[in-house]
Amino acid sequence: MGWGFAGPFVAVFGLVFLAPIGYAGYLSLFRDRLIGGTSFVGLDNYGEALTDPRFWDGLTRVGLFLLVQVPIMLGIALLTALAIDSGRLYGKTFFRVSIFLPYAVPAVVASLIWGFMYGGQFGLVGNINEALGVSLPDPLSPSLVLASIGNIVTWEFVGYNMLIFYSALKVVPRSLYEAAAIDGAGEWRIVTSVKLPAIRSALVIATIFSIIGSFQLFNEPSILQKLAPNAITNDLTPNLYTYSLSFSGQQHNYAATVAIVMGVITAIIAYAVQLRGMRKG
Amino acid sequence: MRTRTPRRLLGALAVLAALSLTATACGSDDSGTGTGGGTPKDVAAALEKGGKVTVWAWEPTLKKVAADFEKKYPNVDVELVNAGTGDKQYTALQNAVAAGSGAPDVAQIEYYALGQFSIGETVEDLSPYGAAKYGTSFTPGPWNAVTEDKAVFALPMDSGPMAFFYNKKVFDEHGVKVPTTWDAYVEAARTLHKADPKIFITNDTGDAGATTSLIWQAGGRPYKTDGTKVTVDFGDEGTKKYTATWQKLLDEKLVAPISSWSDAWYKGLADGSIATLSIGAWMPANLSSGVAAASGDWRVAPLPQWTEGGKASAENGGSSLAVPKAAKNKELAYAFAEFATTGAGATSRVAEGAFPATRADLESRAFLDKPFPYFGGQQANRVFAESARNVGEDWSYLPFQVYANSIFNDTAGKAYVSPTKLDDGLKTWQDASVKYGNDQGFTVDE
Repeated sequence: MGWGFAGPFVAVFGLVFLAPIGYAGYLSLFRDRLIGGTSFVGLDNYGEALTDPRFWDGLTRVGLFLLVQVPIMLGIALLTALAIDSGRLYGKTFFRVSIFLPYAVPAVVASLIWGFMYGGQFGLVGNINEALGVSLPDPLSPSLVLASIGNIVTWEFVGYNMLIFYSALKVVPRSLYEAAAIDGAGEWRIVTSVKLPAIRSALVIATIFSIIGSFQLFNEPSILQKLAPNAITNDLTPNLYTYSLSFSGQQHNYAATVAIVMGVITAIIAYAVQLRGMRKG
Repeated sequence: MRTRTPRRLLGALAVLAALSLTATACGSDDSGTGTGGGTPKDVAAALEKGGKVTVWAWEPTLKKVAADFEKKYPNVDVELVNAGTGDKQYTALQNAVAAGSGAPDVAQIEYYALGQFSIGETVEDLSPYGAAKYGTSFTPGPWNAVTEDKAVFALPMDSGPMAFFYNKKVFDEHGVKVPTTWDAYVEAARTLHKADPKIFITNDTGDAGATTSLIWQAGGRPYKTDGTKVTVDFGDEGTKKYTATWQKLLDEKLVAPISSWSDAWYKGLADGSIATLSIGAWMPANLSSGVAAASGDWRVAPLPQWTEGGKASAENGGSSLAVPKAAKNKELAYAFAEFATTGAGATSRVAEGAFPATRADLESRAFLDKPFPYFGGQQANRVFAESARNVGEDWSYLPFQVYANSIFNDTAGKAYVSPTKLDDGLKTWQDASVKYGNDQGFTVDE
């Protein structure tokens, strides 16, 4: 009887959520070669992935990206959300919309726009160099390309995170602020002692989304690759690496393995952050 | 002729891609569905009976050939599908073959990629069908690229003997002579860049196809293939000649850091800031359509030489028509490939702007005498035909060149953006290629 009600959900859940993961797991146990065809290799692919420097270098790069870009992005988002929420900002609707606007621009288009600006020959950087007779460092050189991508991602997602924080701030009862003010708290004290604790869960959620987003970095480097093929290599990020394994190398099985390993790592880190973030005190 | 709408095609490709995943897991399935073992007689019978031929190609001149073919054989219906250019099409083809359904009857495959399909036994040996008799009809470079021992895995559709395209206006303005050796080329690069820092002799951000072609011209033969035994060695003398010259250009920043086929590239070709290109003879059509503003500025000359007074040349690009083993009607497929690449079919494609791989067309008066308004009326085909005759022999690509090319920028690319030397970059590329080859079941030595 109970299964009759749960059945449709379980079927859809199994088909849509579990089956693809199970299938990737199944794929990862085989190896298909140009000479010799497909053979069962057990966990060999996992052994290879765990010692694959191309994969781990990519992971280190997105890890570094995460440590630098996410705090900057969330910091700016939080500042703007607090500023808009403070009620002291003139034209706050305008600010809210214009900061959020980049999020409405598809990532592909955003990367193209920034790609044009970064161009040292015909782009904005090139124009500035020419007009002012200076030579700015090339944003698409290997040493700066990660920062340039971080800049694009920040531009895209500050508005989105700002909106999460702002809506969390909106539901904080105003009476708390008044009570704090009566107790002699200044604006800064209200922020640190009332507002931030009140939106703690929103902060955690935004952080987790950002961590997952960083690990899945793909669109921006993939688009910019055409402009800087030597700086943005096929193994710059784990996702880019999986893509090139699968589509240029015809290594579907190994690609599935790398995808699973990456998924597990992401899940572990996101879960650890959640545990840490939800802990009281 | 019917052309599929892109949306249906995309849908079909998505399904194919999904199916291919299933197929790779279930074990290799490359048994074709055709009758197999066609003879010239079977081909004639198939043409009589008629049917449908699906052709995957992006070469524009095939449109007219398909129409002509249908006119000549009214029972045959040719469906020309653009399944993507280069890599994209190969991926789709590989997926369709792995899926066991949806593969085309005829597929356009570039020479550098053909090895991957012949070694994987994805394409049919066309010699029993009658292809073997064309050994002398095609120029040696392309024919060498489609044959292995007695087997003929595709028919050459066009070729890309290399030539030196240069912006005469820029050279005249700065009083620089057109270089005939690569040393003079480096010298010209210095002079032009010094006279106007905006001018670069050429663009290069690391291009596997161009690099291997110039090594080919220099006499290097980094790849040797014998069945599944492969050798990769970027340490030979020809390669060293190339890297020594190119290292100078990179060290002194004399090449523009602009990728070919980008917007910036077209702009640079038009405004004279990219002064020359060493590229295949199929380039003129791209120049006149993509760089129309510079019409009249450009000329064509033989490639600069590695040894004074030499005549060496190489191929850059060019493609063939192959029949996948999974084709439904192989006899008919062969008939179309033969029609499009030989005799009147080839001649009609040359008239449309294709660069021939057939000797008869290469030597015809009409072809040689044709003036190119874009090149100020120059009879550019004479330069190209001369180059085609001087293509270095015994070049071979890797049987997994498509993958190798896709990782060129990951490895050798370092030499273009960091102090890494080009020699070391190529060594890294070599190591990565060797590793992939061994992983894929080849026996690869360095």
